[in-house]
Amino acid sequence: MKTEAEIRSVAEPSEDRSYVNYRPPTSGLQLPLQVGRTMSYKYSLEFEKDYKELERKLNELKEIALNKKIDFSQEIATLETKLENYKEEKYSTLSAWQKVLIARHPERPATMDYIEAIFDDFIELHGDRCYRDDPAIVGGIARFNGVPVTVIGHQKGRDTNQNLKRNFGMPHPEGYRKACRLVKQAEKFKRPVICLIDTQGAYPGVEAEKRGQGWAIAQTLMQMSLLKTPIISLVTGEGGSGGALALGVADRVLMLSYAIYSVISPEGCASILCKDVSKSHEMADYLKLTAEDLHEMGVIDEIISEPLEGAHTDPDKTYKIVREKLQVHFDALQSSNIDELLEKRYRRLRNMGVFEEVGV
Amino acid sequence: MLLKDLFNPKARKKYITLPAHTKDSKDSPEQGPAIKTCPKCGKPNREEDMDNSYKVCLGCSYHYPLTAGERIWIMTDENSFSEFNKGLKTSDPLAFPGYAERVAKAREDTGLDDAVITGTTTINGEKAVLGVMDSGFMMGSMGSVAGEKITAAFENAIKERVPVVFFTASGGARMQEGMLSLMQMAKTSAAVARFHEEGLLYISVLTHPTTGGVTASFATLADIIIAEPGALVCFTGPRVIEQTIHQKIPEGFQKAEFLLEHGMIDKIIHRRDLKEFLGKMMALHR
Repeated sequence: MKTEAEIRSVAEPSEDRSYVNYRPPTSGLQLPLQVGRTMSYKYSLEFEKDYKELERKLNELKEIALNKKIDFSQEIATLETKLENYKEEKYSTLSAWQKVLIARHPERPATMDYIEAIFDDFIELHGDRCYRDDPAIVGGIARFNGVPVTVIGHQKGRDTNQNLKRNFGMPHPEGYRKACRLVKQAEKFKRPVICLIDTQGAYPGVEAEKRGQGWAIAQTLMQMSLLKTPIISLVTGEGGSGGALALGVADRVLMLSYAIYSVISPEGCASILCKDVSKSHEMADYLKLTAEDLHEMGVIDEIISEPLEGAHTDPDKTYKIVREKLQVHFDALQSSNIDELLEKRYRRLRNMGVFEEVGV
Repeated sequence: MLLKDLFNPKARKKYITLPAHTKDSKDSPEQGPAIKTCPKCGKPNREEDMDNSYKVCLGCSYHYPLTAGERIWIMTDENSFSEFNKGLKTSDPLAFPGYAERVAKAREDTGLDDAVITGTTTINGEKAVLGVMDSGFMMGSMGSVAGEKITAAFENAIKERVPVVFFTASGGARMQEGMLSLMQMAKTSAAVARFHEEGLLYISVLTHPTTGGVTASFATLADIIIAEPGALVCFTGPRVIEQTIHQKIPEGFQKAEFLLEHGMIDKIIHRRDLKEFLGKMMALHR
């Protein structure tokens, strides 16, 4: 909710500046045709290719009509409607795997984008006080519609350099320990906590194991279950396994419509169960990892609808919807009694699980 | 996966592979009639000797995996164990292909309903709630049933004001129940959190192998964390680390001794001495 210059003035030096300056293309039409073409091809998902091609042809037609001053407006309008219908049809019947692809889209808004768009006066806080600062998890204090809150989220990078720094959004134990520290601090100052989930998972590396990856995640889960301040978690992109869940113990869990949340990646599942990664598409289906499936199963509380072609195609619209939805839950939680809230948080988790009781 | 492999479809297929022999030995651990060759030192141990030695190799002290039944037999006072949540069974909530069959087979092979048994018992005369995982039941993976039993165990222990002793052995969250399995990590951790609030004692004994979602939840949230010698305890297993990010695995990595050195556990205790230790520790907290 600030101008770009304002953001830039408080933004951190070096890498993060380029990050702030980055603006995902809003739509192909507003860009010069040549740029639009390369951009859309660079990150086109396989199932988008057919209509992106049509879109491009349509743009060419528009340009020709404009240059040669021929009136094709009616034909163009018809084609545009057809194209829109085609897209709507396509996006209403996306497979689980196609949603996985959107959730991982490299241009999809990341945690810092949401923080800058939705919160004011964000001040990032660093470090776990034990080992180091983990750039794969960002956290700090901000205002949400005037109210001070603690915001924590996984942070993926935007390009290779940033991703190397951010470790592709895959935290080490110190990331979770930083999160623990920040939620404890939020509790002390009675600030609500808002978590943004977007990670493939906790980092599967030697150093992470040495420093107790499992221990750190477990501590986070335990602490958040007892935290005496409201918590809202939002799955914005990929919710990958325990590394994602660590920020997911909350009073309300929301999810963007093309986000995914899963016990294991479809690829991991396919290679373990079928010994064949090409079965990932099927596994994505079986794992029931889409927002719709999870809402039905009661794992999440609400789905936040993204723009038709995904959050990355219209980030500003996405931020607006997310802000509105967050506000609704935020207000509801702010007005509730903390003991009742903790009891409900426990019940929410307590009821997770489906099984049958057979008489013995 | 290496970056260059991204463009090589053949290399992409090798995300994680399980060596065939490991799988076979897990599926039928009782190979050979009365001789159990030690997988560590190669000593042929006679089964009847094993029964008298807590199933520990007589040559190198290798701790053979125990079934839940054997564990209860070794660790508890005679006839003191009474089970909670009998007859809880998975209902295959995602209708995951092949899952129902695998569970049926595991049930038949192990005689268990699922990978966890919980109940009340006494250990060296000390009353406790005991939980035992069986790695023979779908690698001890934690799904809805396991999560429910673990949670109920901690709740029952609060009611009865007794300590909890948990023997863990698990491959992690059970994939075939999807997010419901993942949520069991949060559910069990929340139960442990409440248990701690009550000022009661929780001892976990990490046995070979304890990995994934179990390591990252209730298993490592104990007041006292013990491991059996040589037990592999990790979040991400060495094979997955090696095959996904191609990092070299140091010698003894993620083994109990390594964890002790890195400050992750309190003690390593030989199986023979465990029961006495647990009794002593509980008496100190009475």
